[in-house]
Amino acid sequence: MSPNFRIAFRFLTAKKRAMLMSLSCTVLGVGLFIVTQATTSGFEKFFIKTILGTDGAIRIEDRKQDTMRSMGVSGGDSFQVSAREGVKYIEGVDEPREISEAVTKFADVHGVSAVVRGNVQLTSAFKTEDAQVLGVDLDAHLLVSDVAHQIMAGNLNDFRTSPSAVLIGSVLAERLQLSVGDSFTINAHGESRRYHVAAIYETGKRDIDKTRVYLDLVEARSLLRKPSGVSFIQVNLVDPNRARALATHMEEVLNYSVRPWQEREKDWLAVFRALRISSAITVTVFTVIASLAMFNTLMMIVLEKTKDIAILRSMGYERRDITQIFLWQAGIVLAIGAALGALFGLGVTWAVEQVPLPINGLFKTEHFIVTYDPWHYVQAIGTAVVMVMIASLVPARRAARLEPGDIVRGTAQ
Amino acid sequence: MKSANVASFAPGESLALRCAGLQRYLGEGEGRVHVLKGVSFEARPGQVYAIVGPSGCGKSTLLYLLGLLDQPDGGTIEINGRMMSNSDDHARTAARGAHIGFVFQFHFLMLEFSALDNVMMPMRKLARLTPAEMTARAHALLGSVGLGEKTHRLGTQLSGGEQQRVAVARALANQPSIILADEPTGNLDVKNSGMVFDLLTRLAKENGQAVILVTHNPEIAQRCDVTRPMRDGLFV
Repeated sequence: MSPNFRIAFRFLTAKKRAMLMSLSCTVLGVGLFIVTQATTSGFEKFFIKTILGTDGAIRIEDRKQDTMRSMGVSGGDSFQVSAREGVKYIEGVDEPREISEAVTKFADVHGVSAVVRGNVQLTSAFKTEDAQVLGVDLDAHLLVSDVAHQIMAGNLNDFRTSPSAVLIGSVLAERLQLSVGDSFTINAHGESRRYHVAAIYETGKRDIDKTRVYLDLVEARSLLRKPSGVSFIQVNLVDPNRARALATHMEEVLNYSVRPWQEREKDWLAVFRALRISSAITVTVFTVIASLAMFNTLMMIVLEKTKDIAILRSMGYERRDITQIFLWQAGIVLAIGAALGALFGLGVTWAVEQVPLPINGLFKTEHFIVTYDPWHYVQAIGTAVVMVMIASLVPARRAARLEPGDIVRGTAQ
Repeated sequence: MKSANVASFAPGESLALRCAGLQRYLGEGEGRVHVLKGVSFEARPGQVYAIVGPSGCGKSTLLYLLGLLDQPDGGTIEINGRMMSNSDDHARTAARGAHIGFVFQFHFLMLEFSALDNVMMPMRKLARLTPAEMTARAHALLGSVGLGEKTHRLGTQLSGGEQQRVAVARALANQPSIILADEPTGNLDVKNSGMVFDLLTRLAKENGQAVILVTHNPEIAQRCDVTRPMRDGLFV
């Protein structure tokens, strides 16, 4: 153990009350930082998981067509100047097979599903509701969505084997009072066809659960009278965070409108980001309080230990030793505070996770959603280290600047 | 011009400490006082020097300058033949740790530490000995000042006389060539005064150390090898 550390430890333990105050502020600062980040990012991550599980990481929707403005000059050798004026979008994907094959060649692509979409009306024995049919190839779609895990009742086998089987959203099923096995009709283009409920799913996103019905792709083409092409291609990635970069690349290569999930959900993501920043500002206040408590404690020790500082200086301890002694004190409080704060944060995060909080609409949950991310602990401890060490520098430097002659003379008089 | 205060010494003779023409002002503005007005002094190993004089004559100020705790406004200080008065803080601090031991009037122990820790503190900084050697030396020093049984007592658990004896042991810890003592017995009763002075002078003489002490006690001053009276910032 270095002499400076030994002295720092004794100085600190001699001021138990002040030390405990600084320590508890540090524990609170670190712990609350972790808890707020865990809860805020917990909801955000869950929302992202929900949207990735329903609409995938990337959607390829409309073909882009450049519009050209031409100017012809007559007489002699004719020439033409063309200028790109804007982009025209042509709805749907005309060559789904070729586009899908091209997309699978991109790195990080986990699955590709071509989807036909159309607006319909569903009529049960009790009610008629507007809805949206999505025609999918089940096996392909399972690779780009979490629909297998969103099934509340029934199963996918019936859907796989029967063309008249559908997957229906939970809210829509409730409104139409449909259960698994019940039959109903879908009306599209003036034609009614009878189907039955193979399974009821719930994504948690209310606007999906109250409108969306999954049908077999071939049956949907027939119902919606779309014999060729698809409405969009849904793509899933191994690393969804790469969606933006990949979408830009795909758009350049495919000449289709390609939208990553970050762009599709940018409004909600902005809300979550604002919440995260707001809570970070709030918890930073706790860390500031912790650093002020540390400043106060060290200033108190400097004022009370001027005599000891003079003794140390008379024994050959240098100014930098004195600085180190005071920084060690901050370091000891920080080390213990960070460890206890991390445990406190972990414990409170777990406790918050147990709090019942039914939410349905943006996503579905029955309790608080938290995330256990080591990065939050690094951020919390890092913030505390920076703030407390900055606050400790002032008293440490003040202690080091004390002139032993002045102290001894002052005491001797 | 040679000042009347400059003590003569034979060329080539080893000196533990030497100062010449020391000047020191304290305070600022109208309150500025010329405390030392060109003091010169030298100390030989194994000798005990008493600086005596009325309060405010500059005794303690001189001692702090000699101990490199303060910087003179003029004049020179040599420690073991090395000029220190113009050296930087780092060199002066290193010289204090290696060559100078202090005993202050108010014993100045670090009260949260045991007697043993207090004595070991200068040794830990100098780091010339192994931890085991430091412990053994600290035990030996505390034994020699009669505190062999109280090595683990905190400063707060020792009497005034005992604390000052620990301070003597601490001053001797790094075997410095110079011991500077500012009224080392000023806060003690007669019995403890005599004991601390005897210890200080005996141990210093055994080790060939120069002891310079500031005192108001005429009995203590009489028992020193050399007595230097001061008045108004000059040796008389």
